[in-house]
Amino acid sequence: MTNSWTDIKNTDLVLIMGGNAAEAHPCGFKWVTEAKANRGAKLIVVDPRYTRSASVADYYAPIRQGTDIAFLLGVIAYLIKNDKIQWEYTRNYTSAPLIVKEGFGYKDGLFTGYDESKRDYDRASWDYEFDEQGFAKVDPTLQHPRCVWNLLKEHVAQYTPETVSRICGTPKEAFLKIAEMIGETSAPDKVMTSMYALGWTQHSKGSQNIRCMAMLQLLLGNMGMMGGGMNALRGHSNIQGLTDLGLMSNLLPGYLTLATDREPDLETYMKTRGFKPMRPGQTSFWQNYKKFFVSFQKSMWGAAATAENQWGYDFLPKLDLPSYDVLRAFELMHQGKMNGYFCQGFNPLMSFPNKNKIRAALGKLKFLVVMDPLQTETARFWENHGEFNPSDPSKVQTEVFELPTTLFAEDEGSLTNSSRWLQWHWPGQDKRFEIRSDVWVVAQIFRRLKALYEKEGGAYPDAMKALTWEYANPDEPSPEELAREINGKVLEDVPDPADPSKKLLEKGKQVPAFAMLRDDGTTSSGNWIYCGCFTDAGNMMARRDNRDPSGLGVYQNWSFSWPANRRVLYNRASADLQGKPWDAKRSPIAWDGSKWSGPDIPDIAPTAKPDQVMPFIMTNEGVGRLFVRNMMKDGPFPVHYEPFESPVANVIAPKVRGNPAARVFKGDMEQFGDAKEFPYAAVTYRLTEHFHYWTKHNQVNAVMQPEFFVEISEELAREKGIQKGGWVRVDSARGFVKAKAVVTKRIKPMTCDGKTVHVVGIPIHWGFIGATKKGFGANSLTPFVGDANIETPEFKAFLVDIRADTGPATS
Amino acid sequence: MADIALELARQSATAGGITGALAPKDDFQVSKLIDTSKCIGCKACQVACLEWNDLREQVGVNTGVYDNPHDLTENTWTLIRFTEWDNTATGRLEWLIRKDGCMHCADPGCLKACPSPGAIVQYTNGIVDFNHSACIGCGYCIKGCPFNIPRISKTTEKAYKCTLCVDRVAVGQGPACAKACPTQAISFGTKAQMKQLAEKRVADLKSRGFDQAGLYDPPGVGGTHVMYVLHHNDRPQLYASLPDNPRISPVVELWKGAVKYAGIALMGVAALTGVLHHTVMGANRVTARDEEEGEKIQEGRK
Amino acid sequence: MLKEISRRRFLGTGSAALAGTAIGAFGFDGVEDALAASIRPFKLAQTSETRNTCPYCSVGCGIIMYSKGADKAAGKLGTISFIDGDPDHPTNKGTLCPKGSGLLDFVNAETRTKYPMVRKPGSDKWERVTWDYALDRIARLMKDDRDANFIAKNQDGTTVNRWLSTGFLAASATTNETAWMTYKVVRSTGMLVFDNQARV
Repeated sequence: MTNSWTDIKNTDLVLIMGGNAAEAHPCGFKWVTEAKANRGAKLIVVDPRYTRSASVADYYAPIRQGTDIAFLLGVIAYLIKNDKIQWEYTRNYTSAPLIVKEGFGYKDGLFTGYDESKRDYDRASWDYEFDEQGFAKVDPTLQHPRCVWNLLKEHVAQYTPETVSRICGTPKEAFLKIAEMIGETSAPDKVMTSMYALGWTQHSKGSQNIRCMAMLQLLLGNMGMMGGGMNALRGHSNIQGLTDLGLMSNLLPGYLTLATDREPDLETYMKTRGFKPMRPGQTSFWQNYKKFFVSFQKSMWGAAATAENQWGYDFLPKLDLPSYDVLRAFELMHQGKMNGYFCQGFNPLMSFPNKNKIRAALGKLKFLVVMDPLQTETARFWENHGEFNPSDPSKVQTEVFELPTTLFAEDEGSLTNSSRWLQWHWPGQDKRFEIRSDVWVVAQIFRRLKALYEKEGGAYPDAMKALTWEYANPDEPSPEELAREINGKVLEDVPDPADPSKKLLEKGKQVPAFAMLRDDGTTSSGNWIYCGCFTDAGNMMARRDNRDPSGLGVYQNWSFSWPANRRVLYNRASADLQGKPWDAKRSPIAWDGSKWSGPDIPDIAPTAKPDQVMPFIMTNEGVGRLFVRNMMKDGPFPVHYEPFESPVANVIAPKVRGNPAARVFKGDMEQFGDAKEFPYAAVTYRLTEHFHYWTKHNQVNAVMQPEFFVEISEELAREKGIQKGGWVRVDSARGFVKAKAVVTKRIKPMTCDGKTVHVVGIPIHWGFIGATKKGFGANSLTPFVGDANIETPEFKAFLVDIRADTGPATS
Repeated sequence: MADIALELARQSATAGGITGALAPKDDFQVSKLIDTSKCIGCKACQVACLEWNDLREQVGVNTGVYDNPHDLTENTWTLIRFTEWDNTATGRLEWLIRKDGCMHCADPGCLKACPSPGAIVQYTNGIVDFNHSACIGCGYCIKGCPFNIPRISKTTEKAYKCTLCVDRVAVGQGPACAKACPTQAISFGTKAQMKQLAEKRVADLKSRGFDQAGLYDPPGVGGTHVMYVLHHNDRPQLYASLPDNPRISPVVELWKGAVKYAGIALMGVAALTGVLHHTVMGANRVTARDEEEGEKIQEGRK
Repeated sequence: MLKEISRRRFLGTGSAALAGTAIGAFGFDGVEDALAASIRPFKLAQTSETRNTCPYCSVGCGIIMYSKGADKAAGKLGTISFIDGDPDHPTNKGTLCPKGSGLLDFVNAETRTKYPMVRKPGSDKWERVTWDYALDRIARLMKDDRDANFIAKNQDGTTVNRWLSTGFLAASATTNETAWMTYKVVRSTGMLVFDNQARV
């Protein structure tokens, strides 16, 4: 989230699209009801299903899953046509005036540079025109035909209300009503917040769904504003933290990236990470990259990381492919190219697409290690549970370990919530049975592996040997020791340049803030964006001062909010070119003539003059990007692409199937179904009564939603002879499920491109272990393809068939 | 503490009342306000109720709806009931969600129907509670209830329903469901405070086009200590058959009279039991025939 | 006016019998008996409180865990008997959703893992093993695979130090501190097949 849960109370309009906050995040949704009750805010819900969020909305409109970009580009077209633009903001704080170079183009769903055989683009033409000094050229009058503004205007023109309705199935009047409500927030003192979740990410163009909304929010001047912003409602309690800490194939902590084979040394590596400002006088914050990288390396390798060995550059592995994400991992496993796999508190057999493929892949491993507080289906993939899990144990040669670990109640440490708050927690119960903490388990595995290398020698033990391990009890590092390491410390005295008799930094102290990190090896920091979380003043994450003097939901002294305890990202954009807030009643910071101040920490240098340094300092341009250059694989502007499995052809580009730049593995393309065989548009989702595959283990949650079901309209039920509460069988090109039928008015057939489209809703929560009735798992049906940019599986839009059935063979 | 301490107002089947009992006190009347327009049907209240009261419910099945369990039980004292309603006036679908449970009537039909001395009590703050040591499991309370709330356990053969978390209220806390409710659709305070809050909510709903929004505090049972804010207060029955105008069955009114003025021994026991047996064992809802018979008997008494 | 007595003030008095005392003070015979029969004792009396955070979604609601049998001097935390929302928390203000409200059932789920177990190749059953057995065996399997498949240099002779035949799927609810420990260990072995639950 750019803002925080408590900030939502400051909004005028809530748009829930690509999510279902009332069901998935009920206590966060509280702040929507607060805004409604106390500010008279309005709530719009756009969703294929009339959800529990919709039940308390002021306005609900249906949309066919996988068509959000068409809807949002349609809204942008409406705003432009009806002059509902926050002009001062758009002209100054976005890339609207920047000029794109000649040669860039878009036609029939494709941008310049597409290579069909590679399913990829040569993105060289997707860039600005630069002057002799290397600055991007601009036209402040927005008259230049190739300035971003005019290209955008042209790009969105075809998304008329009629076309939007034809693609999305949203009635034209409903679309116009919503566009009008959104347009009202273009007033400088009106804001809209966007609340989204996996409803936008789990598509083959998920990143562009979100980008499209971010563009909309920029044009309305809603970024950086209290009550505004882009609010990704993360799914799990610490998935924000796991991502911040870089637990992904291609990341280092703090959104630094791992080196590739094309970067044999640090100098080459830094060449593409220089982030030179593209406009004169602008701040490009990523120019500090090397300070963060070197400090990270010092945390990892300590004294073994030296200037001579490029700060231990070769201790880290290099990537030969863009990423080894989970889809690739299971593809490799399925091909028999992997031998070992660890699952730490994760249940991939239920979580990843095409369950049959996942089960077969796990069966090809030599060993599988599952660390989990619960008995997972993954650890039991080899067991036979009839139709629910048709394995033959005698044929599965995988050695499987199930290691019991603690859960929250027995564990200490911090979690990072969606608001980016790092909150510390304490254990309230002793570890029972032979349960151990994850830290202990991981430390034990490492120490035993390292001991084997010390004894026997073997392949490249150098990095394992160099890894810092300065813990009081090397067998089980304490949460506090690890938190201090993440924050970072001063390794050598650093004299004050103004007065060399004084020390700027003193050896042995915790680093107080990331602004103090250095690229000369004198500081360490495991994750620069968390720097400041555990200083010499103490554990900032454990702070519990819940006073809120501004009354704006800032809670400045509650826990620690990354970065730098800032609560609203890009908050500099909440004030105009003179530094005067667009809305004085909801102002995080303001310019007092010499510096920025207010209830929040300024997202800019405190003395950066408002008319000189533009607000978006994390971009090279200093402004919000309406045109994203070559930074996304599938285009500098979003385009409407159908899901890979769609009931209709793409109205704007009939020849293009799916996202043309999304990766599809051999064999998976053949497992896509078509609308003749599988005529219904399916979507998967959570229910409020359950959390993923965890609460099915809880008796009380099992009572609330005991049994796997699918939801269909009364019309489809009639057509297919399906009874309310009766059994149905749902088939996709990859597998089938059997479920109870919930027949509801809340799903209605839509008309898309003249064709009736029926939606089949499939909740995800059931498996073959736990307190609920056994269920199949929605992933038996879902396609094995991910988003073009970050490989999030396309769980939200695929095709199925459905018919009445007599129920599972075993239950 | 004294202002929220519990004091008894009345109890079941006790002629002439009980020693030391106090009249209901307006100042100390408590109330739970359930705002259906803020309720998202998440069932946190159901879970909180089970957890606080150490209740265990059976894992059921799906019958084609979101309502789980499918009805109130001896363990499920509160239940979210869902109604899908096509509003023909606006052409829009509405998903009406109501948290069902004991309404804690000011004039409690259960208490009046109960033949066992002290099995049902009403405190001066308005809470109606069951005392299981005195409950004989006869089920008359179910018939006496215009909202069809109490349930008899087959195991313990006693009647159960929401206590308004009397153990929490006694120490100055609100009920567990109100504590949990994520959107604060459930509020708890004095009845006067809750009426004030409801007024504000009704005004907000009217500003959003719900012209008939209002407070459900039915006079037929003397008002209730659990009240609803309804978007369609002109049509309570839309909300999973919430009675439009609930009142205590005349049969029970008769029974109440009998206890008060004559006592069981002086009545034609067999005849009376016959009527009550029919009342209890017959249809759950009071039928037209029941009403008629009850009225006839009352007529006869006059 | 009904005064909402804060949980802290109530528990601060430390009295299970508070309700009873207040009622008893009125001194009405019949009332006392009837009340004594009808109200159960307040169940959070004589518990110790610990602040924690709900482990499910990303709202990060504050919770309070009430434990019985804690003995600080002996280093015993006791056993959790009830969990509810933390009224001091700015986001949830004491509320919890149906998942959070049922956290006690998560802690006490029958299908929690309790002992290290192994399932041998081709077997149809689990066998309980010691931690030492499991950890040594895992380290051995890792080393054998790593030694056989580690790639120190690519075809161009560039040092790449990667290990692709074993992968690690990290969690979504472990602490940042666990995540950091995991990060250090995984990267030091050269593993690249590394991901978390960010997408599902």
